[in-house]
Amino acid sequence: SAGTPPLRSDNKVTVNFINRDGEKITVKASPGDSLLDVVINEDLDFDGFGACEGTLACSTCHLIFDEDVYKKLGPVTDEEMDMLDLAYGLTETSRLGCQICLTKSLDGMVARVPESVADIRQSKDGSA
Amino acid sequence: GWSGKAFLSTSSCPKVCIVGSGPAGFYTAQHLIKARQDVEVDIYERLPVPFGLVRFGVAPDHPEVKNVINTFTQTAKHPRCSFYGNVNVGKDVTISELQQAYHAVVLSYGAEGNRRMGIPGEDLPGVYSAKDFVGWYNGLPSCRELNPDLSCETAVILGQGNVALDVARILLSPLDILKKTDITQPALEALAESRVQKVLIVGRRGPMQVACTIKELREMVNLPGTRPEMLAADFEGIPEALKDVARPRKRLTELLLKTALEAPGDKELERRKNATKVWGFRFYRSPTEILSEPNLNRMSGIRLAVNRLEGSGDGAQAVLTGEVEDVSCGLVISSIGYRSLPIDPTVPFDPHRAIVPNSLGRVPQAAGLYCSGWLKTGPTGVIATTMNNSFDTARSLLEDMESGTLDVSPARTGSQVVSRLLEERGVKPVTFSDWEKIDSLETKRGDARGKPREKLLTVEEMLTAART
Ligand SMILES: Cc1cc2nc3c(=O)[nH]c(=O)nc-3n(C[C@H](O)[C@H](O)[C@H](O)COP(=O)(O)OP(=O)(O)OC[C@H]3O[C@@H](n4cnc5c(N)ncnc54)[C@H](O)[C@@H]3O)c2cc1C
Ligand code: FES
Repeated sequence: SAGTPPLRSDNKVTVNFINRDGEKITVKASPGDSLLDVVINEDLDFDGFGACEGTLACSTCHLIFDEDVYKKLGPVTDEEMDMLDLAYGLTETSRLGCQICLTKSLDGMVARVPESVADIRQSKDGSA
Repeated sequence: GWSGKAFLSTSSCPKVCIVGSGPAGFYTAQHLIKARQDVEVDIYERLPVPFGLVRFGVAPDHPEVKNVINTFTQTAKHPRCSFYGNVNVGKDVTISELQQAYHAVVLSYGAEGNRRMGIPGEDLPGVYSAKDFVGWYNGLPSCRELNPDLSCETAVILGQGNVALDVARILLSPLDILKKTDITQPALEALAESRVQKVLIVGRRGPMQVACTIKELREMVNLPGTRPEMLAADFEGIPEALKDVARPRKRLTELLLKTALEAPGDKELERRKNATKVWGFRFYRSPTEILSEPNLNRMSGIRLAVNRLEGSGDGAQAVLTGEVEDVSCGLVISSIGYRSLPIDPTVPFDPHRAIVPNSLGRVPQAAGLYCSGWLKTGPTGVIATTMNNSFDTARSLLEDMESGTLDVSPARTGSQVVSRLLEERGVKPVTFSDWEKIDSLETKRGDARGKPREKLLTVEEMLTAART
């Protein structure tokens, strides 16, 4: 989005991320940005997030949404579904963050970063 | 920069050494460096160039996948990370020498061996492993002289995973597509002369057991200039079996069914009519013998045993029916898997599973020894899988440092002593800035040809470029 004039802050969209440790991180972002852009611009430290840099070749930008938010996110392409099918902890309300464009109607949304496989295994046997 | 590294290395900070610079090596390093402000990581790599299978495995027409290199480069340039290429661990320096120099050693040297089919005729000319074929078109120095014979019309690929589909795509892609990739020039020239018109991708089990992922299948389905050709009989009972399977398998199978059985729409019909090349899966077939003509020292076909399935889902077993079928072909590429190799007799190795035995990346009975990547899990999974299991190994290592299980209080010499050993042995490591010289030469040569990169094909050329 180079060259676009800076937006007034009341034009911003509030996004709440829940990281792998369950902490909530609230940031303001510009409409038109993808959720991957937001993670990068805000320097959010979700280890390994966005490995293919938004080119639909990795699934590391997997995010999980509440049902009502999910419905507002717009249609999913076959190509996004194909990569999502490889994501850990896939749910019915999963999307790839690099494919989601922010709009004003998403203000206040919550996006959860899923745990990785071993995190789940570790928390199950209590060793971590 | 270098001055930043110099003041750090005098303190008695934890020093970790990583063997292998593929995704596992880099993701392990990344996690360690981020998690602790004092840890120093040195990465040793056998080749003069970094990134493992991202450079030598990932298909040239998948440049997006290679974007991970940008993150690896950031890690390599971190003041607390150093890259030493052109160091063959196990030969130039032993694992026990590394263990003496570092608090911890992480093995992430991948899976460079090959699973053999174990059938008569396997070594005849015209039969190649996918590992070598991929290495050849991707410029792996040890595969430079493969010069596969592409003068036949039918090729058979054994195995139905993503590597098999990469090979099929490269064999069938229009040259105009390949020309714009970083495929090597000799491979491009050989493919320009190729007479391969038909590629059969053969699997032991059925459509519900294919090992490829849907993205790669969709690429085949949409590959310009080609049309699919499958056997309807192979799909009997599959639509009914789809009901209870999870979404990824379901979508994959639905795409297979659609490709194999559905009458194409007008546009697709037109596309298929204009196609000059054909590909197809063949199911329920195991190779039993490579056939050759009596007087010719090259292959002429393959004998396949016909299987039926016992059980269902991932656990279904292929059982021989006793029937066989001969397919005439001039090229066989076996894509039945990579295999890790033991590096040193002092390192535990499970020859059956071909991995270093470990629990969450810790090698049991070997304090300070860890593993990650394909060496840890076996040779399956995409880069994201490797990333997660490498972060796990890094977490285990960090936990051991914090709990004291791994004692990091005695100062270690790290690369200082290893560099001295290497110098005594006449080994000159390639640093990351040396690699950047190779990189810029390769991209410059690529520019001249309208390619993202023209790879240097021998270790000697790489070393020369590194030292100019
Ligand atoms: C043909 C092919 C295509 C693939 N395509 C994709 C794809 O499109 N997308 C995707 O997500 N994944 C893909 N993958 C999977 C991906 O490449 C792996 O998940 C990943 O590379 C495994 O990482 P690794 O670090 O364990 O091994 P490797 O990448 O193999 O790295 C091992 C490194 O160790 C070095 N080494 C070996 N022996 C020594 C030694 N003695 N001393 C020092 N160094 C040593 C090697 O030179 C190498 O650099 C593909 C794999 C293959 C085989
Ligand atoms: S960043 Fe790779 S798919 Fe979104």
